[in-house]
Amino acid sequence: MSNAPAIVAAQTPIRRTPVAVVELLRTHRRVTAAALLVALLFAIALLSPVISPHDPLATNPDNSYQPPLSPGHVLGTDELGRDLFSRVLWGARVSLPVAFVAVAVGLVVGGLIGLVSGYAGGVVDLLLMRLMDALLAFPALILAIAIVAGLGPGIRNAMIAIGIVAVPVYARLVRAVVLQLKQMEFVVATRSLGASPMRLLLAHIVPNLLNPVIVQVSLSAGFAILAEATLSFLGLGAQVPTPDWGQMISVGAAFLTNDPWLAIVPGAAISVTVYAFNLLGDSLRDALDPRLRS
Amino acid sequence: MTAYILRRLLLMVPVAFLVTVGVFMLIHLSPGDPALIMLGEDRTPDAIATIHKQLGLDQPLYVQYLIWLGHIVHGDWGRSITTHEPVAQAITERLPATLELGSVALIWSLLVAIPLGTIAAVRRGSLTDQIATGITVAGVSIPNFFIGIVLIFVLSVTLRLFPFGGYVPLTTDPLESLRHVALPAIALGTAGAAINMRFTRSSMIEVLNLDYIRTARAKGASWRRVVFVHALKNALIPVVTIVGLQIGGIIEGAVVTETVFTWPGVGRLAVESIFNRDYTVIQGIVLIAAFSYMVANLLVDLVYGWLDPRISYS
Repeated sequence: MSNAPAIVAAQTPIRRTPVAVVELLRTHRRVTAAALLVALLFAIALLSPVISPHDPLATNPDNSYQPPLSPGHVLGTDELGRDLFSRVLWGARVSLPVAFVAVAVGLVVGGLIGLVSGYAGGVVDLLLMRLMDALLAFPALILAIAIVAGLGPGIRNAMIAIGIVAVPVYARLVRAVVLQLKQMEFVVATRSLGASPMRLLLAHIVPNLLNPVIVQVSLSAGFAILAEATLSFLGLGAQVPTPDWGQMISVGAAFLTNDPWLAIVPGAAISVTVYAFNLLGDSLRDALDPRLRS
Repeated sequence: MTAYILRRLLLMVPVAFLVTVGVFMLIHLSPGDPALIMLGEDRTPDAIATIHKQLGLDQPLYVQYLIWLGHIVHGDWGRSITTHEPVAQAITERLPATLELGSVALIWSLLVAIPLGTIAAVRRGSLTDQIATGITVAGVSIPNFFIGIVLIFVLSVTLRLFPFGGYVPLTTDPLESLRHVALPAIALGTAGAAINMRFTRSSMIEVLNLDYIRTARAKGASWRRVVFVHALKNALIPVVTIVGLQIGGIIEGAVVTETVFTWPGVGRLAVESIFNRDYTVIQGIVLIAAFSYMVANLLVDLVYGWLDPRISYS
């Protein structure tokens, strides 16, 4: 969560068109590569029921501990004879929705707090920001672990916990940009023309929040996947027999001496997925922040 | 400066208050009655009532909070529900192991980050720089528990270069202690190394473009002298910020690494306490983690001003 994007509000109102997005992808190869990788991961998550060669939960003890490249099992089988390739593909169906929901919780709740705080100012701002400071005072993972410890282990509670951790990050980011935008001429002019606060926020301020928020969404999706994997590794997230990457590493670690792929395959899956989101966030930040363009 | 320190301390008060409320509410968020967890099979209505009275659970919530806060301030952090050991003692016993792990991890991360970040900045845009940037993103993308497992497999199980698990205190046998701490410290410090390298690189690029560097070069100073003597000192100022926060977050990082390496520190105690539903210990650890993070934040701000007098605190 520490990779907060540089906050740069547009000097003029933004009108984002499909052409502008295509232009962005055309001119920034890193963004294109990262976006393609993320799209591929979403496709895997969506299509895993169709493309998985085996049922990820079907056990076959006679066929356990098959090494990678075994006949019918490209990545081998686990201690219960389940196909590792199918479990890794299905793992994307656990990790990506968790990231999606957690980021959505952080974005909606934190974004609203940031909007209200930045726009209203005064006592409202002071109170909301002290609350956010208190949430930020907890190290992110400790806060997530503490919330799951309170609510009880499970994937739903892990999503809530990771979402809560993301709330202050979005609140601070959105508030900072709203404060910048409030001072800008086009906002002052629109207000003096008699636009209602709601219209000002929805039609003029929110569209200009897109750049920094898009970057942060991508970075916090990476964090959310990493946090979910960590919680599941500790036994606080997805529970057996759900094919979850973090939980698969946790189980696989016990068989490290003879069957290291049981931990290495899901570990590689997490790393590639988080790398894709971090790369997207990082390259978008470089592309969208005028100060970083060279 | 004094006014700034006082203002920062005053600003910490409401945040610290909210943090203690949050930590206190942990036990009330949790499903089930703590008395039932404490009593296990020996639950009689009388015993439950006694525990409720002992813990003050028969009082209104705000009274319970004030009693709890009073105890915390006086150093009475309660007793572990499972081992009945005082929480403060349980944490302080395990703190040296965590601090040793965290310190070695930090040293490792800086030994990697500063030279690589400097080289990447000096050769900006080159293949070396691109590789270094790629490593940076990868470093923060690979889970530290996975790095730990790969290190155990390669360096401990296969090559038998390092022992797996076990903690030898630094004071008992320094060399053996370092052999035991090496793998968990590398696992824990890799993400920090990636972040520090990124900060060093961007800060160094900024400093190398400043006028005084050009002047030093114009006066005939060698490039190496300019980079390592003139630029590096100033370039490291922003790195201090992030390193300070990493020191404050040692317990956070240790949670997973200590579990992988069966390291007897505070992080492992936290995980064990969660599974034992030992909420008093969890409260204590979360409280100490949050406060060390807050204090680190404050110190970072103060050190930052001390290192760079141009920073105004008005």
